[in-house]
Amino acid sequence: MVTDPWPDTDLLLTVEDLTVEFPTDDGIVQAVRGVSYELRRGEVLGIVGESGSGKSVSSLAVMGLLPKTARISGSAKLQGRELLGLSDAELSKVRGNKIAMIFQDPLTSLSPVYTIGYQLAEAVLAHRDVPKEKAWDRAVELLDIVGIPNPEQRANSYPHELSGGMRQRVVIAIAMANDPDVIIADEPTTALDVTVQAQVMEALNSARQETGAAMILITHDLGVVAGTVDRVCVMYAGKLVETGAVDQVFYGPRMPYTLGLLGSLPRLDATRSHRLTPIVGTPPSLVNLPSGCPFSPRCPIVQPICIQEEPELFSVGVDGQLAACHFHERLIGAQPVDLFPPTTIDEELVASYEDAGQDDAAPEETT
Amino acid sequence: MTTAPGVTTTKVEPIIRARKLVKHFPVRSKGFFRRHIGDVHAVCSVSLDLMPGRTMGLVGESGCGKSTTARLLLNLIRADSGSVVYEGQDLTKMSRRELQPVRRDLQIVFQDPFASLDPRMTVTNLIAEPLQIHGLWDKGGRERVRELLQIVGLNPEHGNRYPHEFSGGQRQRIGVARALALNPRFIVLDEPVSALDVSIQAGVLNLLENLQDELDLSYLFVSHDLSVVRHIAHDISVMYLGRIVEAGSSSQVFNAPSHPYTQALISAIPLPDPRKERSRRRIVLEGDVPSPVNPPSGCRFRTRCPKFANELTDQERQRCIEEIPRLIDRNGIGHRTACHYAEAVTMIETQTT
Repeated sequence: MVTDPWPDTDLLLTVEDLTVEFPTDDGIVQAVRGVSYELRRGEVLGIVGESGSGKSVSSLAVMGLLPKTARISGSAKLQGRELLGLSDAELSKVRGNKIAMIFQDPLTSLSPVYTIGYQLAEAVLAHRDVPKEKAWDRAVELLDIVGIPNPEQRANSYPHELSGGMRQRVVIAIAMANDPDVIIADEPTTALDVTVQAQVMEALNSARQETGAAMILITHDLGVVAGTVDRVCVMYAGKLVETGAVDQVFYGPRMPYTLGLLGSLPRLDATRSHRLTPIVGTPPSLVNLPSGCPFSPRCPIVQPICIQEEPELFSVGVDGQLAACHFHERLIGAQPVDLFPPTTIDEELVASYEDAGQDDAAPEETT
Repeated sequence: MTTAPGVTTTKVEPIIRARKLVKHFPVRSKGFFRRHIGDVHAVCSVSLDLMPGRTMGLVGESGCGKSTTARLLLNLIRADSGSVVYEGQDLTKMSRRELQPVRRDLQIVFQDPFASLDPRMTVTNLIAEPLQIHGLWDKGGRERVRELLQIVGLNPEHGNRYPHEFSGGQRQRIGVARALALNPRFIVLDEPVSALDVSIQAGVLNLLENLQDELDLSYLFVSHDLSVVRHIAHDISVMYLGRIVEAGSSSQVFNAPSHPYTQALISAIPLPDPRKERSRRRIVLEGDVPSPVNPPSGCRFRTRCPKFANELTDQERQRCIEEIPRLIDRNGIGHRTACHYAEAVTMIETQTT
C-alpha cells in the first residue's frame, strides 16, 4: 500500500478480507470475495457496481443484516471494535447509534401504521434516555434539517401521505437522529425522479454536515458518485477491481472494466456523435465463476495469464489507486474507444431482410 | 434529414403528425356507485411531428404523461380528442379492423423485457407471432426469424429457447426483433433501456442507432433519462404534467434551454465527471409535482418554478396564474417554449469529442 495521507486515529471503519457466501440448491453463491476497504472520519466513500456485483451485500454484512444462512468471514472493525460475530443485542447498540443505514425503498423502511414523528422519536429514544417530549422536539428539528416544509404539522403525517422524495428525507432524518459516525446509504436515490434526486442528495449532504458523519454511498450511478464522493471502490463479481481517489479513477482508470463502464455511459455533456462503447457479454454467475480474472470473458485485452491467474489489487499510481488487472500498465492514458471495438450490425443481412420485407408486403399494401 | 436553407421544394413531411391530443382518465369514488369524481389530466393538447429517419426524444418525470402520449400515437388507447395523421389517415378515427394493416408500419418496444414477453413461448414463436397475424409466415417466415435474431445480435440457434434463459439485455433485443419483424417505418421505444445495467444499455442503444441508419426508421424515444435521450435523439420534447413545455432540436434544448423546468432538469442530471460536477450550478426545485387531478391554473409549473418564486414581480406572476403559456417559437429557429418569460440559459458545456 502507498503511504497514508490521513493519520490512523481518523480510521472509523476497517473492513478486511470480507467474504460472504450463500449456500443454495444450485451451489454456493460467492456474493462477496475478499473485500477490504477503510473509511476515515468525514470522508465519503462510493461503492459502485452493476446489479449482482456484491456492493449491497458487503455493507449488509457489516451491519449484521444478512439472513442466518449467509456464511460470513473476514473482519469489519468500527473504531477498532469487531462487528462481525456480535450478538443481535450487542449489534442493536451499534446500529442506529454509531452506524445508520438508508435503503433504496423508503416505503419499506418506514412503518405504515405510525406517524413519521413517532418513528423519528422512537429512533431517538432507542439510544437516548430523554423525556418523550424532548424526543418529539428533536424529531421536528430533524425534519427541518432535511428540508421538510412545516415540520411541526408534517410530524403528524403517516408515510403514505408523503411523496417518495419526502419519505426518503424522513429516512435520512431517522438515520441522523443519533449523530452516527457512519451513514451507509444503499442506492438512496435510485427509484426517484431526477429533480427529487437532487433534493434527496441535498438532504444527505446537510445530514452529513450536521452530524459530521462519514458516509458510504452505494450506487450504480457513476454520475451521483462523481459529484459526491472522495474515494471510490468499483466492484465486479464480488471483488474490488479498482479503488482510489475519485478523480484518479474517473480520469485515469486502470482496469478495463472501469474503462468500459465509463465509456458505455451516455453523457449529458457530449453530442450525438459521441460513440458509446458497450462491454460485450454479461456479468458472470456468482455460482460458477470463470477461472482467473472474473472479467476475462468480457475483456477486450484478455491474455492467457488472465484465465490462469486472478489478479490481485496492484498499486498503480498516486493517492493509493489500486487496480486488479495484470495489464494495468497498458491502460495508462487509454480511452474507452481504444479498447472496446465498435459494435456494428451485419449490413448485408439487413439489406436482404429489407428486400424480403418489401416483397412480402407489396401484394397486400393498402392505398 | 433537415431541409437545406433556401431549398423549399424538398421540404420533408413528417411521417406522423399528432395534433392537440387530449386524454383524461376518470377518477371514480370507492363506493357502490363508483361516481365520477374527477379526471386525471394525463395528456393536454399535445402536438408532435415525427420526421422520417429521425428520433424524437420525449422526456419528463414519472407521471408527466409521456408514456400515455406514446400510446395515443399508436392508438393503443383512444384519445378523447385530437388527431394522429399517418399517410393521410387519421388513426384516432379508425376501427380496429381498419387499423390492422397500418399497425404493421407502427411498432412499439416496451420498457420491461421481463413483462412484455410471454414466458411460455419460445423466442422463435415470439418473433413469428406478428408475421403469423399479418399472414406473412408462409412466405419464408422461419428464415426471416433467423435473420432477425442475427440482426439484433442474438444467436439464431437459440430460437428454441424461452425468454427466462436470456439476460435483460438479450430479452430487450428479442423485443426489438419482434418490433422489426413486419418491416415497420416507425417504432415507439418506451423506456427501452431503463431496466438495464449501463454496460448492457450501451449495446442496446448502439443497436437501435445502427438499425435506424440501415433501415431509415423513425423513433419516438420515451425516457426519463436525459443523458440517454441526449445521446440518441435528434429532436427533443420536454413534458411536464401533461403538457409539452419545450421542444426543439437536441442541441437547441440542451445548449440553450429556455423553460425554467428544462433548466432545472438539466442541472439536476449528475455528470460522470468529478471536476465538472463539483463546479456546477444546481437548481434544486422545491416540492413535488402537483396532482394531475387538480393541476394548477395558468402555467402548470408555476408552483415549483424558481423564476416565478424569485425573479418575477407580482404583476408578472399574475400572468403565469391566469394565462396558459402557449408553446411558441420565439426566435423563428424552430425552438419552441411554453413560458411567458422564457430566456435561454447555458446550463452545461458540451465537450467536443
